[in-house]
Amino acid sequence: MIPFDFEYYRPESVEEAVRLYQELETAGKAPVWYGGGSELISMARVGNRRFGAVIDIKSIPECRTLGFDGERLNLGAALTLDELSASHKFPLLGQTAARIADHTIQRRITLGGNLASTIIYREAVLPLLLSDAELTTAGPGGLKKYAIRDIFRERLQLPKGELLVSAAVAREFIEAPYFHIKKTKNEKIDYPLITTDALIAGGNLRIAFSGLAAYPLRDVAVESILNDQRLSLEERAEHAAQFLSGVYLDDMNGSSSYRRFVLKNTVVNILESIKDAEMPCIR
Amino acid sequence: MYTLKDKTIAALRVNGLEREAVIRPGDILLDTLRDGLGLTGAKPGCLNGDCGACTVLVDGLPVKSCLMLTAEVIGHEITTVEGILNTPIQQAFIDMFAFQCGYCTSGFLMVCYALSQLNPKPSDADIDHWLESNICRCTSYEEIGNAIRAAIGT
Repeated sequence: MIPFDFEYYRPESVEEAVRLYQELETAGKAPVWYGGGSELISMARVGNRRFGAVIDIKSIPECRTLGFDGERLNLGAALTLDELSASHKFPLLGQTAARIADHTIQRRITLGGNLASTIIYREAVLPLLLSDAELTTAGPGGLKKYAIRDIFRERLQLPKGELLVSAAVAREFIEAPYFHIKKTKNEKIDYPLITTDALIAGGNLRIAFSGLAAYPLRDVAVESILNDQRLSLEERAEHAAQFLSGVYLDDMNGSSSYRRFVLKNTVVNILESIKDAEMPCIR
Repeated sequence: MYTLKDKTIAALRVNGLEREAVIRPGDILLDTLRDGLGLTGAKPGCLNGDCGACTVLVDGLPVKSCLMLTAEVIGHEITTVEGILNTPIQQAFIDMFAFQCGYCTSGFLMVCYALSQLNPKPSDADIDHWLESNICRCTSYEEIGNAIRAAIGT
């Protein structure tokens, strides 16, 4: 049981939702956006989160969009991980989503909820970081578009009152060869020791990680090292692992030295697969 | 816009019947089913979405009722373990001894029932994927897998 009362609203348009948020905020209701609700309910139940109103965005059409508009795939923030996976529209995102939590919960966790999660892993953002996704938000000033690198810096940094409406990804990234490798400490369903997503764009490797650091990580400097043809594959992996030496998590899932070891081996495997032209590779 | 501000009497469709329950906007579905409607088949376990003992179906698909607000299911079809009496999957659980203490059983039954309804010929990979959502501390996993295979005739 959630030990406090709050109000429940389910608007049917972006404009209605944004206006409602402002009204509830002005009234001191401390509203929160509500997608699947799994994190909010869990946190509220144990007293880690308190709010006076939830605004359920699942009836807003723009938040439920899933389809191509010309050469761009639009993904609504209220799509569930299961819908992303089952649609096969963006295979790398689908593979990543299918390894977050379990099959039943994947029908509740939404794309927006995963990106905005307080849990550090936020694995669904990895394909969006790799594909230079554009995020659309809505606020009192209307719709805004952000390059994901400008608004997702370690975590989603939405201005208060802005609603994440959707993400857009160019077709060239969706059709690019890709890798998804999730390694956990033990169980198949678990938070990642390291989740690695990668794709080949313009002949170069792009790579991003969850679980490696205290936030989802894509670093173009690491990619430059990994794409340096002057180095052997082993040297590239070692240099990249060395470059990241200040960020490794050290926790019950794995020590920082173990994560470094796993990272290096994962990267070598990816580079060898590319060299052997075994793309796309799903693991 | 649908709005629920205060405690109210909500009309819910559960196991094919129209039911009424007093709900707060912040009530989770599991509490409404158990405390409001007396349907105690769905079990409180972890209350955190991990164990699956509270699994019910909403519009035919499994959800963990500890992580869903009752306000979200108004207008939708809810099925609990009390609503799948005398189905082949229940008999298969008995025949295959697919439980020990039984606490997780209703959750597993709901997942197996939903899978059998949606996919009459699931692959072993499908079965494993769906069953990964639930935990049995008595480790009856082998027997539970056998039960669903028996129920679907593979």
